[in-house]
Amino acid sequence: MPSIIKDQVIIVSPFVTLSVADANTSTANCLLPMAYYIDHHATLRNRQDIGIWVTAGEAVEDIAAYVHQLAVIALDFPHFGDGRGYSSATILRRQLGYQGEIRAIGDVRRDQLEQMQRCGINAYELAEGQDIQSSAAGLAGFSFNYQASIDRPAPLFRQR
Amino acid sequence: MYIYDNYDQTMVDERVNQYRDQTQRFLAGELAAEEFQHLRLRNGLYIQRLAPMLRVAVPYGMLNSPQLRKLAYICRHFDRGYAHFTTRQNVQYNWPKLEEVPDILAELASVQMHAIQTSGNCIRNVTSDQYAGVAIDEIEDSRPWAELIRQWSTFHPEYNWLPRKFKVAVTGAREDRAAIQVHDIGVRLVERDGKVGFQILVGGGLGRTPVIAPVIRDYLDKEHLLTYLEAILRVYNRFGNRENKYKARIKILVRAMTPDVFAAKVEQEWLALRDGPDTLTEAEINRVKACFSRPAYADLTNDPLVLVSALKENFAFKAWCSRNAKPHQQAGYVIANLAMKATGVAPGDVTDEQLETIADLADQYSFGEIRVTHEQNVTFSDVRQDELYNLWQALCVAELASPNLGLLTDIICCPGGDYCSLANAKSIPVAEAIQRQFDDLDYLHDLGDLDINISGCMNACGHHHVGNIGILGVDKKGAEFYQISIGGSASNDAALAKILGPSFAQEAIPSVIQKLVDVYLTRRESDEQFLETYSRIGIQPYKDSVYA
Repeated sequence: MPSIIKDQVIIVSPFVTLSVADANTSTANCLLPMAYYIDHHATLRNRQDIGIWVTAGEAVEDIAAYVHQLAVIALDFPHFGDGRGYSSATILRRQLGYQGEIRAIGDVRRDQLEQMQRCGINAYELAEGQDIQSSAAGLAGFSFNYQASIDRPAPLFRQR
Repeated sequence: MYIYDNYDQTMVDERVNQYRDQTQRFLAGELAAEEFQHLRLRNGLYIQRLAPMLRVAVPYGMLNSPQLRKLAYICRHFDRGYAHFTTRQNVQYNWPKLEEVPDILAELASVQMHAIQTSGNCIRNVTSDQYAGVAIDEIEDSRPWAELIRQWSTFHPEYNWLPRKFKVAVTGAREDRAAIQVHDIGVRLVERDGKVGFQILVGGGLGRTPVIAPVIRDYLDKEHLLTYLEAILRVYNRFGNRENKYKARIKILVRAMTPDVFAAKVEQEWLALRDGPDTLTEAEINRVKACFSRPAYADLTNDPLVLVSALKENFAFKAWCSRNAKPHQQAGYVIANLAMKATGVAPGDVTDEQLETIADLADQYSFGEIRVTHEQNVTFSDVRQDELYNLWQALCVAELASPNLGLLTDIICCPGGDYCSLANAKSIPVAEAIQRQFDDLDYLHDLGDLDINISGCMNACGHHHVGNIGILGVDKKGAEFYQISIGGSASNDAALAKILGPSFAQEAIPSVIQKLVDVYLTRRESDEQFLETYSRIGIQPYKDSVYA
């Protein structure tokens, strides 16, 4: 079970990510590939211990009908320089109204955590070799932000 | 100009601390080189051929005199006594030390400056018309809108890791001096039925695949500017190509989707964002507009006697005025341009002492403010006509009175192979050789408007595609060669130059340019400018002359 930062605290998550090859409907406490979940929704829909993971190229809108049944939605960052997950997180929160855990997985590093947090990601499974203790400092962002974001829904100009 | 409040200053100060921490972690071996590369680029620091290069943001080109003096101080204490004005209205230092960059940033922050997002795959410094607020052909001052875009794009969490760099330009005038048709997003203030709003262009650009941007929305009400830009950025962030960096700019996406389909996709995305929290309020628009209010102009009339007689008596002054002075909205005032294109000096280069002189002269003659232009020159936007002659004399002493604005020798030029590790070929010596070939001022004035743009490689920092004559450095089996193109323009009639034919060795360039100019002089009718003659007679006569 992975150690993650969730809501600013380091915890051990019961949810384990299953690859496309390992995906099945019987493992408890797992994150399944989004496409697999959609295909097996009829079997999985009443399970409380299931989440999904979404690749950077997948459209989170495809899961719109089911988001409220999911305990965790993990977004995969194939490389820290690939920013598609930031839009996916924003759409999940703002457009699809998802309230559960959004977890960043893949190439997740300290200096991106603050931007992820601002887009509504609230849990982080760091890349291999990254020190989770010191990386938590990466969540400390700027005192103010100009534009609206998930963590600060009003832009700065509305306070000026 | 825009003055920081406590919010703006706090963010810039915090960014200095954040970058200092990143630099220290890198130097301590705690941050991998590949990761630090992306982080330092987002703060304008490149590692170049000889040393790091630091690009400092000059939002829409505006600087005040304390900022100019600070830039001079940085030249002297952290660099080698000079800086460089870029083709995107920014300032670059060619010799900073990586470990000293946080200190340079702290110096910049003390005068409300920074290097935020001047490189990297994020939204870059926004550019605009250097004559904004004073141009006689203006619909509305573009600077408040450029500043609103600057703030919205600064540290935007969703768009810090785009497929590729992203550049926005804004113009509020009828003549496009901001080259908006060759930007990722071009924003043009337009009037429709008595109401002023924006026309939005997306997907222009130079580089490997030059494209003139299509209009994707003909009219947008002002309050929607930021949410609409957000919709464009989101479509790009999600669907732009991330596999191949040469196909990653938004122009490729727009072209692949077709402009109509792209526009429809943006409109659909906008439905979710429209009227959301980033919708601009009247109060915010007015707050930012108030920063760009007109300076305390004196009550004057045009063509004062002192100017009229100086023009009569001094031919050199008259020649300088005919090119470098431009009409102003306010009676009795004039726009004065300093062409930073003296022969023998790399285009755009400026010394610490010149920066201080410019600061002093700006205080004395132009309300303490200047603008950097995308042609790498400097504009004094508010000079009294009755003081123009005095200003010119002071500029002569400082060797800043080149009377060649917009002439053939006012060459736009990237740093090229002398500095840049991307370049295929040098560009500065080519510019100098051309300036030496064309050293007769009367002849140059007779030639009139003629842009020569030089890029050392196909990344096109010297905007060669939109030069009336474009020169591109190419690598030919390890040797530096130059491809010549003709007929480009970055203005309202934006056009991409056509390649003349096989490339030339460096020594041949001045004589090739001479042949092109000779064709123009032989074939021009009445008062046709270079580009007009080209449009009429086509490329063949130029080919025939050059490859005869």
